[in-house]
Amino acid sequence: MNIVVCVKHVPDTEARVQIAADGKSIETQEINFILNPFDEFAVEQALLTREKLGGEVSVVSLGGDSAAAAIRTAMAMGADKGILLKTSQPADDPLQIARAIAAEIGGMNANVVFFGKQAVGNEHGQVGLLVAELLGLAGISEVSEIEITENGATGRREIEGGTESFQCSLPAVFTAQKGLNEPRYPSLKGRMAAKKKPLEVKQISLGEQLLAVQSLNYPPQRERGKIVGEGAAAAGELVRLLREEAKVI
Amino acid sequence: MAIKVLVFAEIRDGENLTKSTREALGLGRRLVENSSGGELVVVLAVQSAGSLPQSVAAWGADVVLVAESAEFGNYCPGGFAASVAAAVESMQPDVIIVSGTTHGKDLTPRLSARLGVPAATDCIGVELQDDKIYAIRPAYGGKVQMKVSFDKLPALLCIRPNVFEAVSEDTSRSARIEKLELALSERDLAVRITATERTTGERPDVAEADIVVSGGRGMKEGENFRLLEQLAQALGAGIGASRAAVDSGWRPHGDQVGQTGKFVSPTLYVACGISGAVQHLAGMVGSKVIVAINKDPDAPIFKVANYGVVGDVFEVIPAIVEELKKQA
Repeated sequence: MNIVVCVKHVPDTEARVQIAADGKSIETQEINFILNPFDEFAVEQALLTREKLGGEVSVVSLGGDSAAAAIRTAMAMGADKGILLKTSQPADDPLQIARAIAAEIGGMNANVVFFGKQAVGNEHGQVGLLVAELLGLAGISEVSEIEITENGATGRREIEGGTESFQCSLPAVFTAQKGLNEPRYPSLKGRMAAKKKPLEVKQISLGEQLLAVQSLNYPPQRERGKIVGEGAAAAGELVRLLREEAKVI
Repeated sequence: MAIKVLVFAEIRDGENLTKSTREALGLGRRLVENSSGGELVVVLAVQSAGSLPQSVAAWGADVVLVAESAEFGNYCPGGFAASVAAAVESMQPDVIIVSGTTHGKDLTPRLSARLGVPAATDCIGVELQDDKIYAIRPAYGGKVQMKVSFDKLPALLCIRPNVFEAVSEDTSRSARIEKLELALSERDLAVRITATERTTGERPDVAEADIVVSGGRGMKEGENFRLLEQLAQALGAGIGASRAAVDSGWRPHGDQVGQTGKFVSPTLYVACGISGAVQHLAGMVGSKVIVAINKDPDAPIFKVANYGVVGDVFEVIPAIVEELKKQA
């Protein structure tokens, strides 16, 4: 099986975010970048699929030089090889990004492609299904349970108020929801091995950008409210305030 | 400039528009009315239309396009995408609005690829300036808000639930109803939804609820969430959870509120035994009113709460439930 997993190098969720001087991007100097949390589930599922059905796991990432670190983390978990689609252009238009990734994956003869459901940072949550559509592959988003065989896949995902079950044949694209599996830790041995695994760097230029960031702004700050009281004794006043002052109940 | 807006309608239980759809219609209606002319087109993709198209007129539609197929009993991603694409080809809208429900978020990129236009997801604001449309959406866990522009129309917007005002029902309205001719390809049917299971009973989903009561590490054990269930019952609320509560196995992932969970914007959010880690705040600072109940007076959650109670959740929550019963 040809198993592909796409990953992104993203700012840590703890990061303090500051808008850069251009007003359209964020300062990245002081930020710690990591493998996108949702991508860990995607990488794990790729590895589980290889364990069950055999084959090879290739990791693809689009970004600057530093994105190689996300690929190496996936390799440390067990992926076999990686491809960095290198560009220094900002990744603001998910359709533009998906077209570049699809152009690469289209030539890989993949049986199954995994993505995280969305990336910390821009949080568009679209690239996985965009790639599926662009390549004419079946695609399912936010998968929380999955069973893959040579011929197809079945599984479940959460919807409002419940779950739904799906099925599809391969080749297909799946985007991983948190809890799809338990991602293994990249061991020290894994990290050492990752340094020797093949990582191909391809310089690319992105096609036309149709979605542009006009500006970034800080959201209006919430004002600190009041402490109504302590313990059970405060319940009466709290309920009164919610009814009469806030008028929310 | 006249604006033509197309809204994809989600139907629940075969006969009602979802609240999120009514919010999309409200936004669409306001965009049409604030421009000089235009119309609101609604796309219905259903197994059997019945009297639904006529009732959609009361919810702001000028035109209702109906796609019927035996395949549309459950969510049919390719089929619904094909329906909207066919409607877009026929109506040439300037703006397309999809609700940010799980299905809506799933449908949006499929439309984006089929139509060759980018989409802005999780929109919390829409602006029209000098005949150009802009969307406002949160990024970096809500730490910033991004204003984006579209270089190719139609502008495809996927909007966050519980942010935009829903359209009011006006039974005096009428709409033109047209059938959408569809030929579904094998590729459209490559993904099949085979079953749907309701798990929250009567309780609204956390992402759609007007009121959310949420529990964190301070609840100490999964069993103690029954206290929150009582409070949720008394308020007609949805139930949320912090990452700690979900990672401890007390609540399912679908209940998690936060940067790696759901982003919610209810009218009232009651955070119980939740300290207020930055990733949790990312998921709920869009709430209109926040109440925090925590033993620790220095818990960061109190910085964003409108009303705080310093105390033990096991004493405070039952007391609130009692008060609600009294004053009801």
